[in-house]
Amino acid sequence: MRLIVNKIFLALSILSALVGLAFLGWILITLFMKGLNSFHFSLFLNDLIDGGLRNLIVGQFILAGLAAAIGIPLGMAAGIYIQEYGRGRYANIIRDLSDIMMSAPSIVIGAFVYAIIVVPTGGTSGWAGAIALAIMMIPVVINTTDNMLSLVPRELREAGIALGASKYKVILDIVIKAAKVGIMTGVLLAFARIIGETAPLLFTSETSNYFTLNLSESFPSLTVSIYDLANEPEKASRDLAWAASFILTVLVLVINLTGRFITRNKK
Amino acid sequence: MEKLFQKISLASASIVFVILVGIFLTLLSSSKAAIEEFGLGFLTNAAWNQEVPLNPVNETVHANAAKIFEDVELNTQDDATDDEAIVDEDDEDMIADEDDEDDMILADEDEDEEGSSAATKTVYGGLVPIVGTILTTIIALTFALPIAMGIAVFLAEIAPKNISYVVGIAIELLAAIPSIIFGMWGLYYFAPIVADLVGGYQVSLLTAGLVLGVMILPFMAAITRDSMNTTPNVLKESAYALGATKFEVIKDIIFPYSKVGIIGSIILALGRALGETMAVAFLIGSIFVLPDAINSPTISIPVAMANNFGEASGLGESALFYLALILFIISFGVISLAKFYFLKKAK
Repeated sequence: MRLIVNKIFLALSILSALVGLAFLGWILITLFMKGLNSFHFSLFLNDLIDGGLRNLIVGQFILAGLAAAIGIPLGMAAGIYIQEYGRGRYANIIRDLSDIMMSAPSIVIGAFVYAIIVVPTGGTSGWAGAIALAIMMIPVVINTTDNMLSLVPRELREAGIALGASKYKVILDIVIKAAKVGIMTGVLLAFARIIGETAPLLFTSETSNYFTLNLSESFPSLTVSIYDLANEPEKASRDLAWAASFILTVLVLVINLTGRFITRNKK
Repeated sequence: MEKLFQKISLASASIVFVILVGIFLTLLSSSKAAIEEFGLGFLTNAAWNQEVPLNPVNETVHANAAKIFEDVELNTQDDATDDEAIVDEDDEDMIADEDDEDDMILADEDEDEEGSSAATKTVYGGLVPIVGTILTTIIALTFALPIAMGIAVFLAEIAPKNISYVVGIAIELLAAIPSIIFGMWGLYYFAPIVADLVGGYQVSLLTAGLVLGVMILPFMAAITRDSMNTTPNVLKESAYALGATKFEVIKDIIFPYSKVGIIGSIILALGRALGETMAVAFLIGSIFVLPDAINSPTISIPVAMANNFGEASGLGESALFYLALILFIISFGVISLAKFYFLKKAK
């Protein structure tokens, strides 16, 4: 009897793993079928107004890149503070708050940026979108930096100090170097996460049908446009949405896998 | 230089604090108009953007305002009659004489009711999106919980190391797929099948909850696996040595040992599900009606925001910020509970 229960339990567990894999497979296969169906290289050459995706892809990269340019230095500096300088309560409070911020609903962050940037500046803009994404990214970078720095052995720091280096030199030249791979992985995963975000951009950057590099006006966003296109009744729009989803997913998964690959190789 | 570096890193760390407090205060101030207008009655009112006769609402509004702001000295009854007079005469001078709350109400009336009869006003209530959010989250958890536990057990205890590694990566990739993709896939491929099986609408509480469940599944499985992995091998081995089966080891050794961590991961997943926007937006139907069955459409807080923010202005926008504030407070509470009570204890 015990053995039968055991067998059933193991079977159920394997079954649920298969269910999980089946969902992944189902989604990916759907994306490939629908996406490749309407995929064409001219999508990369035309803007949305001419039925292409060029402006959206460029726009999404600029938004996420800008967010990374804001979020990575801030997040890393904050992580360094928590791990290297902050001894005591304040550092712990920041660590906890950053954990909470990591799970804050992304649409609420969008509403926040809308209230503090879009309303005062009088309209949606690329800047607002990038800042919303940066707010999403900062806590993830803090978390990674904090964790990775804590893995660096204390002896390394002591050796640096013993050689007469000042603390910031030790941190920048020794500790960060030692933790570089781990931090890079974390940052890539964070980037992969924000480049696929839609909710924080809905009312901050919105999207645009035209190619633009001007960050002070509504900015083209792949994800927001997917949402718009998918809700339109014409089949052509929905096909375009599938092609865009396919490109987005491939991008996200490639960045994500690259991040994992780096760590695996170094280990 | 050393000092400067230290200052910069301290300042960056403080940004977290500033942003979180900033979010709270901004949401609070942006929703002020709606909070003053509807008070806590917002939480139990199922009407959204509906015209109701002016007088009874005005009285409840004043009752609420008086409860919240005790410095309002005016008699409720007098106020109500004053307002009637003002609306009838449309007298600018008298409006200026009224206190803030009344100004707000009247300004809103001017906006919304211009051209129509002055006897109605627009009310917003948060009950439908709040109920929608809670129900979709419950459906998602009910669906995801057993499967996630099964996957975690498989990864932590059953699968050989290399299979566990590959399946683990696959599950984490599922977590990396952008939520908007889940939404599209759910709407065009998953929902029709569910609707065929269960009946009812393709866009409904049920389909939204199930897709949400698929989304939080990998997240929940990954943290649960990590908690299970903290069980010391010595414990497991001694149980096996006593002749326990794998099921018994998992049930009697690993599960009790990592219970707190597992509960923490469930609550964390719940926090995710509460705030998820895009996957739900495709599937929930987006109508402000309380669902009368599990397979009828409704709306959730994030979706209400996503779909109505663009067109909203004045009191409507403020009401959306009120919803955002409620969502922020709920998820803040849920996440803190998970992080500080359960996951800390697990460490």
